[in-house]
Amino acid sequence: MFEDILITIATAATPLLIAAIGELVVERSGVLNLGVEGMMIMGAVTGFGVAWTTGSPWLGVFAAIAVGILFSLLFGFLTLTLVTNQVATGLALTLLGLGLSGMIGENFVGLPGVKLTAIYIPVLTDIPYVGRLFFGQDPLFYVSVALVAAVSYFLFYSKAGLTLRSVGDNHGSAHALGIKVIAIRYLAVMFGGACAGLAGAYLSLVYVPQWVENMSAGRGWIALALVVFASWRPWRVLTGAYLFGAVSIGQLHAQALGIGVPSQLLSSLPYLATVVVLVLISRNKRLTLVNTPASLGQPFVPDR
Amino acid sequence: MRIELVKRPQRSALFGAISPLIALALTIVAGAVLFSLLGKNPGTALYYYFIDPLRETWSLHELAIKAAPLILIAVGLSICYLSNNWNIGAEGQFILGAIAGSILPVMFPQFQNAFVLPLMLLMGIIGGAAYAAIPALLKARFNTNEILTSLMLVYVAQLFLDWLVRGPWRNPEGFNFPETRTFHQFAVLPEILPASGRANLGFVFAILAAIAVWFMLTRTLKGFEVKVIGQSPRAGRFAGFSQSRMIFFAFLLSGALAGLAGISEVSGAIGQLRPTISPGYGFTAIIVAFLGRLNPLGIVAAGLILALTYLGGEAAQISVGLSDKVVRAFQGMILFFVLACDTLILYRIRIVRPQAAAAGEAAHV
Amino acid sequence: MRKTLFALAASTAVLFSAGALAQEKTKACFIYVGPIGDFGWSYQHDQGRLEVEEALGDAVETSYLESVPEGADAERALERLALSGCDIIFTTSFGYMDATNKVAAKFPDIKFEHATGYKREHANVATYNSKFHEGRYVQGVIAASLSKAGVAGYIASFPIPEVVMGINAFVLGAQSVNPDFKVKVVWANTWFDPGKEADAAKALIDQGVDIITQHTDSTGPMQVASERGIKAFGQASDMIKFGPETQLTSIVDDWGPYYVERVKAVHEGTWEQVDVWAGMKEGHVVMAPYTNMPDDVKKLAEETEAKIKSGEFDPFTGPIKKQDGTEWLAEGEVADPGVLLGLNFYVEGVDDKLPQ
Repeated sequence: MFEDILITIATAATPLLIAAIGELVVERSGVLNLGVEGMMIMGAVTGFGVAWTTGSPWLGVFAAIAVGILFSLLFGFLTLTLVTNQVATGLALTLLGLGLSGMIGENFVGLPGVKLTAIYIPVLTDIPYVGRLFFGQDPLFYVSVALVAAVSYFLFYSKAGLTLRSVGDNHGSAHALGIKVIAIRYLAVMFGGACAGLAGAYLSLVYVPQWVENMSAGRGWIALALVVFASWRPWRVLTGAYLFGAVSIGQLHAQALGIGVPSQLLSSLPYLATVVVLVLISRNKRLTLVNTPASLGQPFVPDR
Repeated sequence: MRIELVKRPQRSALFGAISPLIALALTIVAGAVLFSLLGKNPGTALYYYFIDPLRETWSLHELAIKAAPLILIAVGLSICYLSNNWNIGAEGQFILGAIAGSILPVMFPQFQNAFVLPLMLLMGIIGGAAYAAIPALLKARFNTNEILTSLMLVYVAQLFLDWLVRGPWRNPEGFNFPETRTFHQFAVLPEILPASGRANLGFVFAILAAIAVWFMLTRTLKGFEVKVIGQSPRAGRFAGFSQSRMIFFAFLLSGALAGLAGISEVSGAIGQLRPTISPGYGFTAIIVAFLGRLNPLGIVAAGLILALTYLGGEAAQISVGLSDKVVRAFQGMILFFVLACDTLILYRIRIVRPQAAAAGEAAHV
Repeated sequence: MRKTLFALAASTAVLFSAGALAQEKTKACFIYVGPIGDFGWSYQHDQGRLEVEEALGDAVETSYLESVPEGADAERALERLALSGCDIIFTTSFGYMDATNKVAAKFPDIKFEHATGYKREHANVATYNSKFHEGRYVQGVIAASLSKAGVAGYIASFPIPEVVMGINAFVLGAQSVNPDFKVKVVWANTWFDPGKEADAAKALIDQGVDIITQHTDSTGPMQVASERGIKAFGQASDMIKFGPETQLTSIVDDWGPYYVERVKAVHEGTWEQVDVWAGMKEGHVVMAPYTNMPDDVKKLAEETEAKIKSGEFDPFTGPIKKQDGTEWLAEGEVADPGVLLGLNFYVEGVDDKLPQ
């Protein structure tokens, strides 16, 4: 039972984690894309549709990633090439995504989906108590953890990562050093789109294999919050996603145990916990300042 | 070939005026294509979307009702954003304003006289401002990121309202359904022109707030302070402006206006508290604020336009059979066009062909 | 530009007058709180609308607005529908109650039908609802017959009377088979969030329930139950496709017959104000086929259903005790509909404290 609960928490945390780790890279490059929810829901509908039509969940996953990238390119074109306001453009992207996904998905409503099945490794998966937790989850769970490790390595131990961070910290100086600021930001935005698309596919192919309108139900926003919560550090995103998942699942368990506390109070715990933890973290001023991308949200136009 | 922007020496007044028109033209073309693809007559669809809601008086009233909270909230947010305070929790402040303002008619229904409404509005303002003070305090005191705290507090506010109307504030005569008692006559916001429609004083508040904030921004020292701190906190410090006082000023003002919007909506258009009182006004207002270029007067126009897209969307759903999803996707497209066209105000667009670019590079060397 | 505008205006004028000529046609309009693609509440109402179109053919045309928020927007949306020439408007969410009555006052010639509410302030407002709890009683009977753990999980949306009534009926049905049967309740605080509902199902299963039932709209819980190899009940529509080996039965909201009847009445000029609360007998509550259970349980379920259908038995028939052990209904006493519609307490055997 304990293992089951942990797996449930992992399933709740994984889509948040995938979307958040993508957005983290975007924000590290100095761009704030509030359109995560929109890209995510587009990923969900595409993933479902392609998997349903072809019968292959993996094709669905790749199509969702592709659509996420496409959608993020729209955002990139507007904010990076046409220098529109990033906050407003991101919100508009979400609006467009929610509408468009509903249009595309009209014929998918009420169809049982195709599930991306959990992996099975003989012997290892059968280990009591921990086997399924470590060796028997869905493939995207492992992808999400690998993504965190990869992004962490990329940002802090590779030259390309250093370049990306310098673009986010001070695009003026980066440009002066000959770094192609806009190109790098395009790449970061596309990575964010790919991750959001993948997170969407997770919803419609793993979490609950079905398509219904608005099925992301605000998870894109939680992912955005997690990035700030983690003060732009990859491993803290993982911690945050799992904490959030644990509190959300924990409150359901508390209810099932019949604890006589208003369910609204329990439901608000994840959000209150986030605020409290955030305050605790940010009391250490130096730590947060070091990690915050200084150019976040600011437009950049190279001078000639 | 690639697109390149060249910064204009100053804002282009010409494009400031015609960029909305270009956006409109693009919207019409894109809408026509979209609607034709869906097999609808594009002319009729566009007519219902943009013109039909403006043809009748009652519909204009509805436009004012829908636009009022958007404008009120967005005007407050403009101060926040101009001073670099990223309050995205206006939805929560709207709700808390509505709750605080409803204390009188819900808990003291026997208290009925002419003082009720002014007191309600005042308490709504205080409620919204007090809720906004939380992220402000956390930011000023602990340097906690306000985007996150204000957003998280939205969810908490929604659940708090939900608990209230299902629990302690439930209407005793309401068959245990989740809503408060209906407000008595002294607790209802008066209508402006009751003969022709139901638009209420909320719209008047919105316009007054926009004018007042516009005046403050353009004609007073405080407005100057807002802009200086927003553009360069360093310069603000040299000028002797206090950053943390500005945090409180911006948050309290926007919270107060959001709270006023909340209580106006509840006492004007709804007439009681219920589990959901806002279809996301606090978030839509963020778009309105930017569409209006963070200028209070521009925000009035933007709020009306956005409200029109909601009304038009319904008209198009009924008359042409466009689905709600098409309407929302179309809304997103309109926003993209408007935002993209505003680029022309600050920049010239230059299309660079590869050879020309190469030549240019060579010339630089 | 001006020219096209005039052309547009002219063409719409033609449209309008064409509409006036074909006055014979009755226009039935619907307003939904969710998207019609929710595969739950709004979806089922829209299925009812399609049934009207099919049954009455050329005599009707229909129109709808989806995802209309309750509150200020509802009143405007209703007014626009009324002005667009609707003859009858179905408002399909409880939250539309006051808006429905307000707009009905302005348009006395248009008929309004409000689902799940109780206010009929004008002669042109009718209300209708379905006795879904009848189906939940049958589910309780099945659950108690099949469960080895003796405890079922109930995913609930919001503590409104309708939902509380459902929980109570389920428990009473279960106790008629196994007096010690328990129900664990989790409030999801949403009608619709597939992920959260799925999480709630997992939490309940992890706490040892072996049957899941839900009063939320998505198919998430059904899929979870199917993965974990336990049984579950569907909600609102037949969800058998989502759990071919899992679904025991489902309570199907079938609004079609009522809608057809009422639109027809408007068309023929025989519409009258009513307050309908109909159940299995009238065909408003339909049980999906009984599947994945042994024949004797199936037989018991069918018998229970038949007894309710014939009117021989009402799920809320005494003796029934409240959760705290005090008596609610004496032997043979049947609950008053007025009390049921405002129900805010549990019966004995619910392992939860009702949010107040």
